[in-house]
This record gives sequence, structure tokens and C-alpha cells, in this order.
Amino acid sequence: MPEIPNTQNQQSKTAIWNDPTFRAIAFQVVAGVAIVWLFWALFDNALVNMEKRGINTGFGFLKERAGFGILMSLIDYNEDYSYGRTFFVGLLNTVLVSVIGIFFATVLGFLLGVARLSNNWLIAKVATVYVEVLRNIPLLLQILFWYTAVLLSNLPHPRDSMNFNDALFFNVRGLYLPGPIPEEGFFVVWMAFFIGVVSSISMVKWAKKRQDEQGIQFPVFWTSVGLVVGLPIAAFFIMGMPMSLDYPTLKGFNFKGGIEIIPSLMALALALSLYTAAFIGEIVRAGIQGVSHGQTEAAHAMGLRNGQTLRLVIIPQAMRIIIPPLTSQYLNLVKNSSLAPAIGYPDLVSVFMGTTLNQSGQAVEIVAMTMGVYLTISLIISSFMNWWNKKMSLVER
Amino acid sequence: MSKIFVPLPDLPPPSSTKGIVGWSRENLFSTPLNSVLSLVIGLIVLSAVIPLLNWALFSANWAGSTPESCTATGACWSFVTSRLDFFIYGFFPTELTWRVDLVFLLLALSFVPQFFERFPYKAKLGIFSLTGLPIIAYFLIAGGVFGLDPIATNRWGGLFLTLLLAYVGIVASLPIGVVLALGRRSEMPVIRTLCIGFIELWRGVPLISVLFMASVMLPLFLPDGVSFDKLMRALVGITMFQSAYMAEVIRGGLQAIPRGQYEAAAAMGLNYWKMMRLVVLPQALKLVIPGIVNTFIALFKDTTLVLIIGLFDILGTVQNSIQDPKWGNVSTEGYVFAAACFWVFCFSISRYSQKLERKLHRGHKR
Repeated sequence: MPEIPNTQNQQSKTAIWNDPTFRAIAFQVVAGVAIVWLFWALFDNALVNMEKRGINTGFGFLKERAGFGILMSLIDYNEDYSYGRTFFVGLLNTVLVSVIGIFFATVLGFLLGVARLSNNWLIAKVATVYVEVLRNIPLLLQILFWYTAVLLSNLPHPRDSMNFNDALFFNVRGLYLPGPIPEEGFFVVWMAFFIGVVSSISMVKWAKKRQDEQGIQFPVFWTSVGLVVGLPIAAFFIMGMPMSLDYPTLKGFNFKGGIEIIPSLMALALALSLYTAAFIGEIVRAGIQGVSHGQTEAAHAMGLRNGQTLRLVIIPQAMRIIIPPLTSQYLNLVKNSSLAPAIGYPDLVSVFMGTTLNQSGQAVEIVAMTMGVYLTISLIISSFMNWWNKKMSLVER
Repeated sequence: MSKIFVPLPDLPPPSSTKGIVGWSRENLFSTPLNSVLSLVIGLIVLSAVIPLLNWALFSANWAGSTPESCTATGACWSFVTSRLDFFIYGFFPTELTWRVDLVFLLLALSFVPQFFERFPYKAKLGIFSLTGLPIIAYFLIAGGVFGLDPIATNRWGGLFLTLLLAYVGIVASLPIGVVLALGRRSEMPVIRTLCIGFIELWRGVPLISVLFMASVMLPLFLPDGVSFDKLMRALVGITMFQSAYMAEVIRGGLQAIPRGQYEAAAAMGLNYWKMMRLVVLPQALKLVIPGIVNTFIALFKDTTLVLIIGLFDILGTVQNSIQDPKWGNVSTEGYVFAAACFWVFCFSISRYSQKLERKLHRGHKR
């Protein structure tokens, strides 16, 4: 009779390299060491290479004189300001074009999304063609098209610029509008605006509380419009219109004074808005289609009119579907605004990672700062949208 | 005798509800507001489309190869036709363009059968187009072996460079994306953190800054004597960028696989890599094919950005040609041509992806 080995009491002993925990730890240590070594090697190479090419390191260069002009700046700037100042000039220009782009892309995108669902065949088809054409053509190509083929080829020279009532001029250098100059007493208008905003916020809170408790509705929208818009206008007239207009005038080869909008800003904002609107239109359409038809029927059965159904039932639910992809479209728009160097719009990439980098040669610091800015903007937009998404999302038990 | 009830024949529908009249009453003029909108938009569309067609087709110049042949008022397509070789092959030596043509042919041969439902060797052909084709194409284009003249990468350009960038981008970013996606879902904290950091870093910055970094900073980080040419650096940048996006798409697929599949595979005694290779990834990748295709379309459009770091893709060649003062102002024609090229590619790929999505959805919808 063969003896059956008694395995019952024997502890199962696996070799250490077969132990999953040990293997996981070992693998992670190896990966960590490899990454650290890789970064150290890259860093070391960079130090050696930079020394050999005579490139300085550190952020001292930010205080040096820049010595180059920038086409457009929202803050005071000339050649004597520092490299650090060019960073902020570029950053503000990026923010400007992104904000304009996001605003128009959202408006046009929502219109397109609704238009594609219209029961009017013509409107639906026009919107479909728009979306299919625009989103299948590279954005860079569209930017170049608007800038080179549309604006630069068709606009006149400053001497024979398009003249609208001697106040508004349009030529190849840009669009010139009269600029408002606040005079003494204008701060009252700002104060009225501020009071309007604060009081309408508290009014909304009060109205919501009253509706929750007593069910009485309050015309929230028109009251807040009156407070935010009406109050400053009233203040403006009461103070005797404390503002004058600075009209652009032709001096030498170009216009001086007023507000100047350069063609590259127009082309970039236009292309970004039109391109992103196509994507937002698709998102909005999907969001509205995602709300089941039973909701509309139920709302109609409750006696709500079409407009009320849309405003109170469909849109709040559609927004839940729309917001997450909408956020990533906004992020894309901000990142796409970095195509500006192609048409010479002085954004962060074009000014700071372009001219400043070429002049100072400090590639590592400048690229790191630029990428840091985009990462920060991404994080800010996505955390804001996450917060809003959470606020709008379904309250479940 | 009872009378049999014979119903009267059905009346035809009222003439106002059928045919073109009925259709337009329902779809264009259903309410007063709709009627006004239809008329206004119809007028706008007509006033835009008629001059456009007139410019692009009826009064356009087609023949000739010199600026002088553009006499009509419409578009000067002779600019495009005379520069077509440049737009397609870039600076590639004219007598050697057959090598590029051969690559185009191979590309077509390995992709067109995929559209036919009944073609038997789809999977094998797919593997060939992802592995063998790039190698053959590289040796055909770059040369240097089998008696083919070597062609430096700075002479590559035009449409074929665009296709090459997109193709290499997709082929290289798929495996890296799979590894990153697996790493992001790993239970090992160090690996997970590294993968999340990598993915979020690339996704948070614009491609243009990645390309700038690749062209300006990469040489600084490399040890002495090691250097890539400009095209290679752009490819590295595009691949890194794209694999982060690819990883997120694949992660979506991995998350959609129910836990039971992992547990069942583990119960069968499969180790991690076998579990992924045999059970999880085949299901996950199939789920996200539409997402991968969409990423590919985005990548295809993004290849135009290499123009900014000085490579001549199709947009680069167009941009270069329209600056030729000899031709006058032909920027619109050039851009329209490039846009049409991209549009045809992207639109057909997206249509194919929608078809695929419908086909693959059948099994999963409950």
C-alpha cells in the first residue's frame, strides 16, 4: 500500500519570486528606480548640454529687458519691459481669445444643436451640412483660411479703409472702434453695477426660498436684468453721462486711438468659435435626444406649454448629459488657441515660447512655464465644471 | 338572401398631404414661423451657394499650367493641377515617386478589403497593415537598402508625409496606449501614479507645445552624439501625445468589462498578462473601436500642426505654394484643395466608424 503523503499540516511554501506581494513591490521598486534614473540622466544631459552651449539656467532672465515689441497687449507694454512682462502679455492674450471663442462657440453650438433637431427640414439640413463640413477640416487650415484667404486678401490698406460714419474703420491692419474714456463720476456707474449684482444674487436666494416655502413665484429673470443692467444705466444718466469717446484717426500710416482689433485676433477667434461650435452642436443634440420623450409627454400632460416644457423639464435634464463633454470642448478650445503662432497672433505660445525663447535661449524654463500655464488652465476649467456638474447632477437616494 | 357588405374603396389622401406639396407643407411651412424661417434661410443659402458654385465650377479655369492661363473670373484650379505633384510628394525626387506610389498602392490594398463583409483574411491583413506594412513602407521610402537610393527625410513632404505621420502615430500609440491604460487601472500605487501623471500631463498641454518641446528641448536632453532629425522628433512628440488620448479611450473599454470576466479568468488560473491578452483586452478593444477611430480622425487633423515646426505636410506645401508671387492671390484655391483632401479622408473614416458602431452594437444592446 503506497503511503499517501500527508499534506494537511504542511505549510504551503511558495518561492519568494512567486509571491504576488513580493513581485508587486519588486516591480514597483524597479519601475521607480528606472524613472528616477531616466529623469536624472535627462537632467544631467541637459545641464551638460546647456553648459556647452553657454545657456544660462534659472529664472533670472525673467527680470531682463525684453527689447522686442508685441503687436497687441492688454496691459502696458513696450520694449523696455522685462521678459517676465511678456509672459503676462501673452497669457492675457490667450485668455482673451479663449473667452471670446468660448462665448461665441457656446451660443452658436447651442443654436446648431437645436437646429439639427428642428422639424423644419431646411434648417436641420443646413445645420447638418455645417457640422459635417467644419468638424472634418483641420482647425489650423481653417485659421489660415480665415486669416490669409478671407481677411488679408480682401481688406483695404489703411489709406482707403472702410469708413463707417467716421467712427468705425476697417482695414488690413485691423478694426478700429471708438473707445470709451471714463470721466469723473464714472465710478458711480461701476458701483451701481456692483450693487445690482449683489442685490440680484440675494433676490434670487430670497425668491427661491419663498417659492420652496409658499409656492409663490417671483419674476426672477426680469428683476435681475433690471437690477444688473438698468441700475448702471440709470446711474449713468443721473451722473450726466460721465464718458467720452476716443475716436480713431488716421495718423501717418495707421490709425491711432480708440479700440483696435487686429485681424489675427479676428481670424483666430472666428475659426475657434466656428470649429468648436460644430462639436458643441453635436453634444447639445445628443443631450437633448438623451432626454426620453416620456418627459415631454408627461410635461404636456401636466399642462405645461412648449416653452415651459423646454425650460423647466428638457433643458435641466439635457444639461446633465451635455456638461461633461462640453467641458472637454472648452478645454480643447483653450488648447487650440495655441495655434496662434501660425498667423502671428501674440498669444502665450507665440510671444513667450516663440520670441522670448528665441531671444533668451532658456528653453527648459520657458517650455516648463508655458506647459504649466496650460495644465493650470485645464485643471481650473475642469474642476469648475466638475463642481457645476455635481451641482446639476441627479439627487439620488 | 343577405346582402354582403362591400365597403366603398378608400378615398385617396387629400392632394395637399402628398407629393412635393404635402412634403413641403409638413417640413417647410408647418407653422407661420417655420414658413418665414424657411424662406429667409432658403434665400440666404441660395445667395451663398450660387456664387460659390459659379466661382468653383462654372467660371473656373481648369486648363493650363501657367498663371497666364487663369483668365476667367472664377477659381484658378490650374494652380492646383500644376502643383499637384508637389502637394502629393513634397520635395521627393520626381523620378523616384514610383516608390511613394507603391506605398500608396500597398496601403490601399491592405485597407480596401476591410470594407468588404465577406473578405476571408481580414484579421491577417489587419495584422499585416499594422506590422509588415510600416516596415516595407519605410524601406521603400527611405531607401538605402536593396539598391534603392537613400532619400533624406527633409525631402519627404506633401500628402504622403501627412499620411505617414498619421499612420505612424496610430500604429505606435496603440500599444503604448494599451500599456498606459492597464497601468492606470493597476493595483500597484507607484505604477498607477506614474501612468496617471503621464496621461494627464500630455492631455493637459496643447500639441503645439509638445511639438515645440520636441523640436527645441529634446536635443538638450539627449547625450552627446545622439540626435534625431526633425521628422523623428515630431513623430516622437505626436506619438507621446496621442498615446495619452488612446490610453483614456482604452480605459473606457476596460471599465466596461464586468468584474466577473476578470474573476473567471483568474479562477481559470490565468496569470495577469494571459488574463489581459486572452480575456479582457479582446473584449475591451472591440468595444472601443469607434473611440479609437475618432482618436485617429483627431490625430489625422492634428498632423497639420507640424507645419509650425517647419515640416512640409500637405498644408505646408500648399502654404508654401500660395506664397509664390507669380501666381497672384490663389490662397483660397490652395486652402480649398487641402480642405477637400482632409474632408474626404475624415468624413469617410467617420462614416465607416459609425457603420462599425452600429454593427458592433448589435450584441451588446439589451
